[in-house]
Amino acid sequence: MAAIETVALEKTYGVGFWRKKSRCALRPLTLSVPEGEVFGYLGPNGAGKTTTLKLLMGLVFPTGGTARILGLDVQDPRLKAQIGFLPEQPYFYDYLTASELLNYYAALSAVPARERSRRVAAVLDRVGLTGAGGVQLRKYSKGMLQRAGIAQAIIHDPKLVFLDEPMSGLDPVGRREVRDLIESLKHEGKTVFFSTHILSDAEALCDRVAVLNHGELRGVGVVADLTSHIKGQVEVIWQGAAALGAMAALGCECHATGDTVRAVISEHQLDAAIDAIRRARVRLVSVTPVRASLEEYFIERLSSTTAEVAR
Amino acid sequence: MSSAAAPAVTAASASPARIGYIAFNTFREAVRDRVLYNLIAFALLLVGAALLFGQISIGIERIVVVNLGLTAVSLFGTVIAILIGIGLVSKEIDKRTLYTVLARPVRRWEFIAGKFFGLVGTLVVNTLFMAVGFFAALLYQTHHFEHADLYLLAALYFIVLQFIVVTAVALLFSSFSTPLESAVFTFVLFLIGTFAEDLRAFAAMAHGVSHWVTTGLAYLIPNFAALNVISSVAHDQPVAGTLIAYNTAYALLYAAAAVSGAILIFEYRNLK
Repeated sequence: MAAIETVALEKTYGVGFWRKKSRCALRPLTLSVPEGEVFGYLGPNGAGKTTTLKLLMGLVFPTGGTARILGLDVQDPRLKAQIGFLPEQPYFYDYLTASELLNYYAALSAVPARERSRRVAAVLDRVGLTGAGGVQLRKYSKGMLQRAGIAQAIIHDPKLVFLDEPMSGLDPVGRREVRDLIESLKHEGKTVFFSTHILSDAEALCDRVAVLNHGELRGVGVVADLTSHIKGQVEVIWQGAAALGAMAALGCECHATGDTVRAVISEHQLDAAIDAIRRARVRLVSVTPVRASLEEYFIERLSSTTAEVAR
Repeated sequence: MSSAAAPAVTAASASPARIGYIAFNTFREAVRDRVLYNLIAFALLLVGAALLFGQISIGIERIVVVNLGLTAVSLFGTVIAILIGIGLVSKEIDKRTLYTVLARPVRRWEFIAGKFFGLVGTLVVNTLFMAVGFFAALLYQTHHFEHADLYLLAALYFIVLQFIVVTAVALLFSSFSTPLESAVFTFVLFLIGTFAEDLRAFAAMAHGVSHWVTTGLAYLIPNFAALNVISSVAHDQPVAGTLIAYNTAYALLYAAAAVSGAILIFEYRNLK
């Protein structure tokens, strides 16, 4: 069974005073995410990522198509107990402490009263807020609020977690911790669907990604496949300026940082380049095939036309 | 069926508990808001001022204390009901706190009902505090309680009924308009409602189409005039049991209709 299944899901808003004009926020979206997958939802601002998440959470109603999560309709209360959601730039009841907030959400998610205290302590510990549970949220930093947001999304041990820009507002250490947390959720067998601008995070975490632009799905791919594609180029790194002249003669563009020099050459030049380095008696550090990055796929998909997407 | 399905079924069925949690959180938000305490302090100050007016009103001390004291309780409670009521839904949408609530097994109508009961609970507790201040002022002025003072309890009960209606109306406006618009609509409706009896009298005198229009309007707006017995209890006039029953039924039905309207609007609203 697919964890998330949308068929021609679309959303159009009426704009203007009489709502006669329309603005398409999401063009018909057909997407399937299997259980246990970490799925990255990528796109620039205004691409329709948050609209998709709101449709899946039942916060806005679709103008067309259907969406089912874990085999249930998105408005089914039985479903809501099995999913967790972190909105973009979350703001919580700032008059509550983190412990009170998590207790409240646990109660709304039907976590038994006898289990709530233990779960709250465990989740606070898991998101790195141990000792801050008794502090009112109005005194939290942006990064701490983001952690509290992730804590509320997993307090009821959901099967499927939706995270809208989970790395937003976090420092490098916080981002690393959230990445570890998402990985641990995957190891527990949970499905994670998250939107992000940060492609390195998506590349490190996701099994598959989808690229969205102007409300339209521009492509879906397996991250491992996208990044294993070798582009016919090789990165050569060596130490010593003596080889620079010979490499330049081969037509290579060299970038020196101190004593270390880096050049990207085509595969058919590799033998000649290594010979040149040997003749110059400098130290060869590494020879690495250049692989396609997720960023290149992302940019390529964004610039693709609708006709190309259809193909 | 998986083990996770069991709590899911519970989550789908136990709506009174969820309404209770939302109501308690609404109550907790209100009691942690400093504005509320400022308003209560100001109301108690006015009750105290009634004492002063009572002392310089020879022979009608009790009438002055009761009139000013109960009016202070009524006005400040109404201001609290409007100020908090107009933000009950819109604030949750603006701050996006609603998203994480509705992403849980909470139905939209349960959210509205929880917010309503939470604010009504807050107002009942506030009224209790202000009533204690009022009766302390009255005791200081008259040195004893008398049988007629029991009718003051009826007047206070009607004031609570008025708060329930105001809260429901504020919630209704809050479900589709901005806080400022909701405040204006609710306050205007409150003002018109205090003259509801005059509007009904005018409707009775009107003819033709204007008769039907004014009669419709007179019965559509909340009749706050019927809930105001402050002046009569100040003059020791009894409050009939039938009036208590009628006003209770009227206020509860009116509030239920307004809350139902809020739920109906909210059920189909896109939370952008």
